[in-house]
Formats: sequence, C-alpha cells, structure tokens
Amino acid sequence: MADNIFQVSDLRVDVPDMTRKPLFGAAPRLEILKGISFEIPRGAVLGIVGGSGSGKTTLGRTLVRLAEPSAGRILFDGKDIAHLSDAGMRPLRSRIQMIFQDPLSSLNPRLTVGRTIAAPLNAGAGDPRVGEALEHVGLPAHFARRYPHELSGGQRQRVGIARAIAMRPDFILADEIVSGLDVSSQAQVLMLLEKLVAELGLTLAFISHDLSVIRRLCSRVVVLRSGEIVEDAATADLFERPQHPYTRELLDAIPIPDPSVRW
Amino acid sequence: MSAFLEIRGLSARLAGTGQRLLRSVDISLPVGAVRGLVGESGAGKSMIGKAVLGVLPKAVEIMEGEILLDGQDLQKVKPAERRRLVGAKVALIPQDPLTALNPSRRIGPQITDRLVDILGWTKASAAKRALEVLAEVSIPEPERIMRLYPHELSGGMRQRILIASAFAAEPRLIVADEPTTALDVTVQKQILKLISALQSRHGTALLFVTHDLGVVSKVCDTLSVLYAGKVMEDTTVERFFAAPRHPYSKALLAATPRHTDPAASLLPVPQAVIDGAMAEVAAADAAWSAHGG
Amino acid sequence: MLDGRGSIRRRSGARLWLSGLWLALFVLAAVLAPLISPQDPLAQDLMLGRLPPAWMAGAEPGYWLGTDSLGRDVLSRIVYGAQVALVVALVAGTVTCAIGSALGLVAGFYRGWADRLIGRLVDIWMAFPPVLFAILLIAVLGTGLCSVILAIVIIDWTRFCRVVRAETLNQSKMDYVHSAKVAGFTRLRTLLAEILPNVLPTIVALLTLEMGIAVIVEAILSFVNLSISTDQPTWGGMIAEGRTSIYQAWWVLVFPLIALFLTVLSFAQFGEGLRERFDPVLR
Repeated sequence: MADNIFQVSDLRVDVPDMTRKPLFGAAPRLEILKGISFEIPRGAVLGIVGGSGSGKTTLGRTLVRLAEPSAGRILFDGKDIAHLSDAGMRPLRSRIQMIFQDPLSSLNPRLTVGRTIAAPLNAGAGDPRVGEALEHVGLPAHFARRYPHELSGGQRQRVGIARAIAMRPDFILADEIVSGLDVSSQAQVLMLLEKLVAELGLTLAFISHDLSVIRRLCSRVVVLRSGEIVEDAATADLFERPQHPYTRELLDAIPIPDPSVRW
Repeated sequence: MSAFLEIRGLSARLAGTGQRLLRSVDISLPVGAVRGLVGESGAGKSMIGKAVLGVLPKAVEIMEGEILLDGQDLQKVKPAERRRLVGAKVALIPQDPLTALNPSRRIGPQITDRLVDILGWTKASAAKRALEVLAEVSIPEPERIMRLYPHELSGGMRQRILIASAFAAEPRLIVADEPTTALDVTVQKQILKLISALQSRHGTALLFVTHDLGVVSKVCDTLSVLYAGKVMEDTTVERFFAAPRHPYSKALLAATPRHTDPAASLLPVPQAVIDGAMAEVAAADAAWSAHGG
Repeated sequence: MLDGRGSIRRRSGARLWLSGLWLALFVLAAVLAPLISPQDPLAQDLMLGRLPPAWMAGAEPGYWLGTDSLGRDVLSRIVYGAQVALVVALVAGTVTCAIGSALGLVAGFYRGWADRLIGRLVDIWMAFPPVLFAILLIAVLGTGLCSVILAIVIIDWTRFCRVVRAETLNQSKMDYVHSAKVAGFTRLRTLLAEILPNVLPTIVALLTLEMGIAVIVEAILSFVNLSISTDQPTWGGMIAEGRTSIYQAWWVLVFPLIALFLTVLSFAQFGEGLRERFDPVLR
C-alpha cells in the first residue's frame, strides 16, 4: 500500500464575514471549510471537484500553506504543516508547488519567462534547469526571452507548469489550470500533465469545477460542496456508480457532445 | 423558410497590419432556427456576432460582403437607421454577467432603459414587461429583484437577468456570445435549458457563439466551424456529430472532453491537421487576391 | 492587437523627444550658466533699464530678452534661475519619492499595524493646507535652499505614499505574488523582486510629476520672498518683480513664466513618455 504524501484531518478554515461586521467588536466567522478529511497517496492524481463557493480554492491554498487553517491537521510526509510559521515552511517549499488558474496574473508581467522560471531556483535565466523545464513542457528554448503578454493562453499556462516542475517538487497543486483555455489548449495541457506525472513521479492534486476533464487524468476524486466532502472515491467508481446526489447532479449537468443524448 | 439573417462573403481585416480576421464567411440563419458558431479563441466567431450587432472594434474594417437582416443589407443603410433596425430586431446575451451589468445602477432600469429610450415604450409598459420576462426566466420575487444592485445577486441570477433583458423587446434574432463560459456546470445546464425554452417559445432565431461542442450538441440545430476566420464546415448538428467531414472538425471533436469515452477524447489537435487547415486558408487568400480582392 | 498600441508608441515618441529636449536645455542652462549666460545676471545699469527683447524696436544687442527695471538681463537671469529650479527639482523630488515610496510599499505589502500607523500619519499630515504648511515651516526653519527642499519633502511625501500603497495593494493580490510565496521567497525578497518592478512605472511617473511640483513650490516661495536667501535669481522672484512693471515691460514677467511652464510641463510629459516607452507590458 502506497504511503500518503498528504493526510488531512478535520481541516477547518473560517474567515471574518466583513459584510456582517458590527461597529464595535469582531465580525462573525464564516465557515469556508467545515472539517475536511482525506488522503493523497504518493504518486496519485487526486481530483478536487466542486462548484463556486464549495471551498475548493481555499482547500488548495490551505494545503500548500498559502493560507493558515483555523483548525485541523495537515500532514505532509508525516509532518504537520498546518500551523508552521513562514520560516518553518520555507525548507519544504521546494517540495510543494502550485500552478495557478490565470496564467496572465500568475506570471510577473515585467519578468521574462526565463527569469520567472529561474527565480525560485535562485538562479539566472541562463541556468540549464530553465531550458530543461521548457523542454519538458514542449516550449522552444528561445521562449525564455519572451514576456508573458507575448504568449498565448495555452503557452502561458505551460510556462506556469515549467516553473512548478523546475524545482523537482514531490507534489503539485493545479488550481483550475484549464478553465480559461479553449478545447485544444486544454487537451494539450492535460496530456502534458499526464506525461509529467509519469516521467517525473509527481503527486498531483487537480482542482476543477468540470468533472469531464477529471476522468482521464485522476485516479481518485473528492467532491466538495459548501465546505464539506460529499464523496471520496476512485475515479472509475465515481463515474460509474456515483453515490451522492450532488455528484449525480454534477455528472448529469455535463453536456456530452452527442445530440442523441438528451439532457 | 426564408433566412432571417443572411451573411454572404463577409471579409474583415485589422486596420493597421492588414491581417485578415474574417475570410469570406457565409452564414444562413432561418427564422426561429439555432446555429452554433464554433471555433477556438481567435477563430473569429465572436467577430461575426459583433459585425451583425454593429459593434466591431474600431481597428477592424470590413472589406467586403453583405449582412442581410430580414432582407436589408446592414452595410448599406445609414448608421442611425442601422442602429434603429438592429436595436428593434436583434439582442445580445453577453459572456460575462459580471461586467455586462452596470454595478452602480439597479436591475430594473437596466432592463427598462432600452425599451423606453431606444424603442419608445412608455415607462409603465416597460416596467410591466420587465416583470413578465423576469418571471419567465424563473426569477423569484421579480419586484424585489428589480430594486437590487447587480453585486447583490449570484452569477447565475445575473445571467438570467441578462437573458430576460435580451428577450424583453421580442427580438427576432439573438446573438449569444459564450453565455455560459463563466458559469458552473450545473448552472450552465439550467441557463442553456432556459435559453432553449425561451427561444422556441418566442420563435427567435439564435446565433450561438461557443467553443464547447458539448453545448452545441444540446442547443443548436446547425453549426459552422471556424478556423482563422474561415468557415471550415457548415452542416446540421446530427450530421456533424455522427460523422464530421473536415479533418479540423474531427480533431476538434476528438479534443472535446467526453467522460463516457475517456481514451478517445481530450486528444490534442494534431499538427498535421493544423498545417492542413492553414494551407487551406492560405490557398483561399491567394485565390481571393488573384480575383483582385 | 486591437488596442491601438501602435498609436501609443508614435505619440510617446514625440512626447518623449520634445519634453526631453526642453529638459536637456534646462539642465544645460543650469549647469553651464556661467559659460552660456550672455550677461552678468546681477549687473545693474539703470541706463539700460526696461529694454525690450531683441526683435522689438529700441532693443540693445546682447540683451536678447530685454532687461528689467534695474537693467539686469532677463535671459541671463532665467539661465541662472534654472540652477535653483534644477537643484530643488532633483533633490526634493528624489528624496520625497524615496521616503514616500518606501513607506507606501511597506504599508501596502505588510499591512497590519505598519499600514495602520502609516495610514493615520498620512491622513493627519494631508489635513494641513500645503502652501500654508510650507510657509510655516520656512518661518520656523529660516529661508534658504535647504529649508525649501526640506519643506517640500516634509509636505509631499504623502502623495507618493498614498498612490504607491494603493498600487502595492493591487499587485499583492496577484497570483504571481502567491507564486513567490509558494516558491519559498522571504517577504522582503518578494516585495523587492516581484512587486517593486511592477510598481516602479507608477513611481517614475509620479517622480517626474513631483519634480515639476517642486519647481512650482519653489517658485511660489520665491514669489513671496521666502525662498533662497542670496541674490541668485529665481523664476518666482522674477515673476514677483515683473508684476510691478507689467504694463511697461511685460517681458520681465512673461519669459520666466514661460520657462516655468515649459519646465513643469516637460517633467510631467517626460515621465509619461518614459513609462510608455520602457514598460514591457505596454510595448
């Protein structure tokens, strides 16, 4: 049995509800995550699915400690990182990476592609690891000199992937990375991820609101709704025998490209 | 069935560089029918919708072609007359419900303004109509909603309001520009079913711009596949999904996610297909130049 | 592609050249004043009082823009006046920029108590009417170039702080900043290496604007005789003197005014042009 790279227990995140803040005193808390527990086995690709407001983005960011949870444990390789300080997290950062949804805002517009990829490595744009990373994602080496706004959406997204894999992390969180892309770019990015997971032995958590892209890529799926996990199953099981009504609703809503399949 | 919207040989280019954006596009939309305009970003599908509405960016110039709305060539009428014609007969369901609504005005005026100011309705009849269409799109408590501001509503509700607004003046043609791209998949289904229901009830012709072939299969009767501003395939939805003829269409279909058949979907478009499509486009450009275009 | 970048580049080219040209002249005049000034700016000769500029009747050769009521050459005084303007623009401008921007970056990025403290400070500070505040400061510090510079810095740093803070807040929300955190950078490194380059265009535009403002503030102070304490000509001082003879010798007031106007305008336009020209995002 594969060991778990991540083990999350009873994770809770709440934020102050500023729309209901009284004049004096603290604002009431809004629960975003209401006690989430799940595991990510090493080498697995986990899909995290939910609609807007489900808490999936917050879950992702808390998992990589961009945010601190209010309660609960996050065991990364056995170590609880839930309340680790910035300094404590720093040595682990190279092992946990993230790819963001909007490639335009996640790449510093004033840095070339090469410098963006090289920066986390504490290296210059000429470092061989930059060229390696670009090659892994199928972009030509001279793209290192380009600026983000000179690239297409799909290319920018691949730069984001290159930046994440350049550090050779153990784990990558992909937060809705194909949501803004058109069909062929989406297919390319997903195929690229499949290849990288196999080649580099990565563990991946893939956040999406779209179940239909999950099936090929993920080995396990977790369905989130209003801050709670409503289903946690192996991919094939989830698609063929969905247990929870919300999962079934999500599956029914997918427009299958076949006119004979009526909605 | 006569074509309500007939686009013949529409070609457009970018003013500064001369880069061609639309290449001799032909589209025929009968009264009450639904046609999908499909393609990747930059293929020109949005551009066609904008050309019909008369809201092309300044940098885009139309080189040649006709846009016949109910028999009248929109290119040949004066701008004021064109605005009147288009305003009366065509409406838009935009892509982003967040930016399409004015955040500093209440919902009610945003629906009634167009009816009163542009179409000359009385305030009373416009208000009545607004309530009617809001009810038609299943918005609960329409009177209360009319007094709210856009940020007080969810994305799905906002899109419903935009749909209501589009149908309010009983247009003969609606251009829907990727209306569900910004929505959750469950909300998307509701919205699309709503659009289909209203469309068939009112007998409105619908030009549906999208990059999602799954959506096309549920909503449209016919479709045009666009690549680099050129129509690659133009056929009925049944024929397309049973057996697409053009290699690019086949590749697009194979790239579309289909969880019932994971191995045969989400396949990137092969470079050979792209090369072929680009060659076709280049050949068409050459032929067009040779004819003195 | 459809956003008119080409026309922005053409406009910014002309803007950059014209304003740069005037500023170059301005700097040259200030630096080479003793060499290029046709006359001694302080030399008085009542026999040559109120001579008109060279192209009008009754002019004397060598006094290109005429003389004032004490017979001093207007052109030479404008050239020497540029020295004061330049020093004030450069020193006051950059010090104000440095202090205000640093505080703005800290407030916008680190938030928390630093932001609250700096925010309160800015609010209180900006409640003082600036020109009155300047005059008050000069009264306390005494006149002189240093006092003028100090007064400008003390009053105007809040301008930078507010704008830079707002821009920093905006940039801090972007995913590339989160990406830096995920990559393991310290907060300081993120602030300097990621956020600062993106806030810099705003700072540069504001800096050149501030230089223009510094020139005007100095002119206002020298207009009311609260600026430098020596005999050195200043544009503001010339305008004040020119007021009294405006009907008989309009050139004494008009030419320093034009110099002032062109200099301030050029500073602002130059900053805009630089920003447009060198910002990789706009290219």
